[in-house]
Amino acid sequence: MSRKSSGDLRPLSPHLQVWRFHATMLASITHRLTGVALYGGTVLIAAWLIALSTGREGYLALQAVIFSIPGQILLFLWLAAVLFHFANGIRHLIWDGPRLGFTPKTASNVSVFNFAFAILGAGALMFAASQY
Amino acid sequence: MSNGSFLTPTKTARGLGSAKSGTAHHVRQRVSALALILLVPWFLFAIINAATGGYDVARAWAGQPLNAALLILTAGAAFYHMRLGMQAIIEDYINRPGSRGAMLILNNFASLGLFVAVALAVVKLIAAPGA
Repeated sequence: MSRKSSGDLRPLSPHLQVWRFHATMLASITHRLTGVALYGGTVLIAAWLIALSTGREGYLALQAVIFSIPGQILLFLWLAAVLFHFANGIRHLIWDGPRLGFTPKTASNVSVFNFAFAILGAGALMFAASQY
Repeated sequence: MSNGSFLTPTKTARGLGSAKSGTAHHVRQRVSALALILLVPWFLFAIINAATGGYDVARAWAGQPLNAALLILTAGAAFYHMRLGMQAIIEDYINRPGSRGAMLILNNFASLGLFVAVALAVVKLIAAPGA
């Protein structure tokens, strides 16, 4: 256990450098990363609603951006971030509430599931939306 | 788990106990998460339906009171949740007191400003549906 130089005996969590790379630590990092990304993502939601409220012209201008290739890539990344943060957030609640899923094997499997859910789910939603 | 062994006189000397507003922050983060578990699936479903239908469909969708109410609830829960989350991240990584304070204030301003912008757009949409 690392100690602060000030002589504070309270334990610190282990630093990033001493963790072996595994699925659950990647899920933890990704949870925080997607959280920050979604902070920016809400600006897109706000932009969509504001464009809609300004009238047809403003909305069509924004729609052109959304349906461009960079717009579609951004939309896919946003969807994947939402779905990952959603699934992994539910896992956090299960950790905190009923306190289940702490064994390394279970935690690792759930982490892999969350990544798969996010990427496949985002792909499926993009595909479903394109079929309208 | 016993916390007894973690309690040292340091907190008294510094005037910083380990448990100040941390527990309330933790609970609020989770309660807003519970709200979002219900709201986010609705939001994704609704926004895909609305956005794929073009301007008139989106406009008619946003003009319905239930959709407007759920939109403001979703925005409220999401902006509150992200304000709390960003606060934890700033407190973890920004150590210079000046920058930390400035970023914490900016976080409050940004999340509240975004919420007001979204809420106002929703109110405007319901005041003039199909315009």
